[in-house]
Amino acid sequence: MDSLLHISTLHYLVLGAALFLLGVIGVLTRRNVVIILMSIELILNAVNLNLVAFSHYWQGLPARMGGGPGALHGQVFAIFVITDAAAEAAVGLGILIAFFRNKETVNMDEVNLLKW
Amino acid sequence: MTPVATPFFFYLLAGTMIIGGILVITRKNAVHSALALITTLLAQAGIYLMLYAPFVAGVQIILYAGGIMVLFLFVIMLINLERSQKERQFNKQWLVGIAAATALGGLFITVYTKGKALFPGSAASYVEEQNTQNIASLLFDRSQGMYMFSFEIASLLLLVAIIGAVVMAKKRI
Repeated sequence: MDSLLHISTLHYLVLGAALFLLGVIGVLTRRNVVIILMSIELILNAVNLNLVAFSHYWQGLPARMGGGPGALHGQVFAIFVITDAAAEAAVGLGILIAFFRNKETVNMDEVNLLKW
Repeated sequence: MTPVATPFFFYLLAGTMIIGGILVITRKNAVHSALALITTLLAQAGIYLMLYAPFVAGVQIILYAGGIMVLFLFVIMLINLERSQKERQFNKQWLVGIAAATALGGLFITVYTKGKALFPGSAASYVEEQNTQNIASLLFDRSQGMYMFSFEIASLLLLVAIIGAVVMAKKRI
């Protein structure tokens, strides 16, 4: 009970893992391309949550281990990941529009031009 | 500032995120999925605030919930969705997908159960006043800005993404 009520870094990691799994299930099972892209956003957010949680953990470490208030590398990486997510969403939705213009559908099963 | 009622807010925000994530991957209408994803992102911004990351929380709200999700909704409005709602929503490999995700979840559970002792709850006090300054000095500062080059590469990536999106959305290339 005490381990449930005392929120440690592990709680955030487990939350991130749960979000990651939800995103993986969405990517693997859905047919709608828009929802697959949203599931990828879920995965990226899970990674961001892990990065920020580890940054928080590192700030709590003593200074001889590199900790302290300036140990914000995880948060900087989270910002880079958000930048990547923006780029990925822009290009992915552009591809989606081009695909929809050609095939008149948004189903992932119809993307089979390169399929053997 | 010392945190107040941390377990309550953690479980509230975590529950919101998990329920929102489940709604994202199960809803038939893509607009409903997008709204559930916005809820998840806002709850995650609250989690960032609990982790003393106010700048990342602000970036999350402004850029993710305000920018990327509006882009998603815009594209959903552009493409025809009535027909895809009547079709099957899950593909034929859903059983394999669930099995793979279960295996991955088992891996997570194993790792986190074995490594539980590595993450003791630290009782250190955190300063959140200078969070934005410290991030900026990591990004831009001349002496200790170790991420300046990465920042420039990120700007280049955004330029490439803009060009790519325009080329992809053009009618004739």
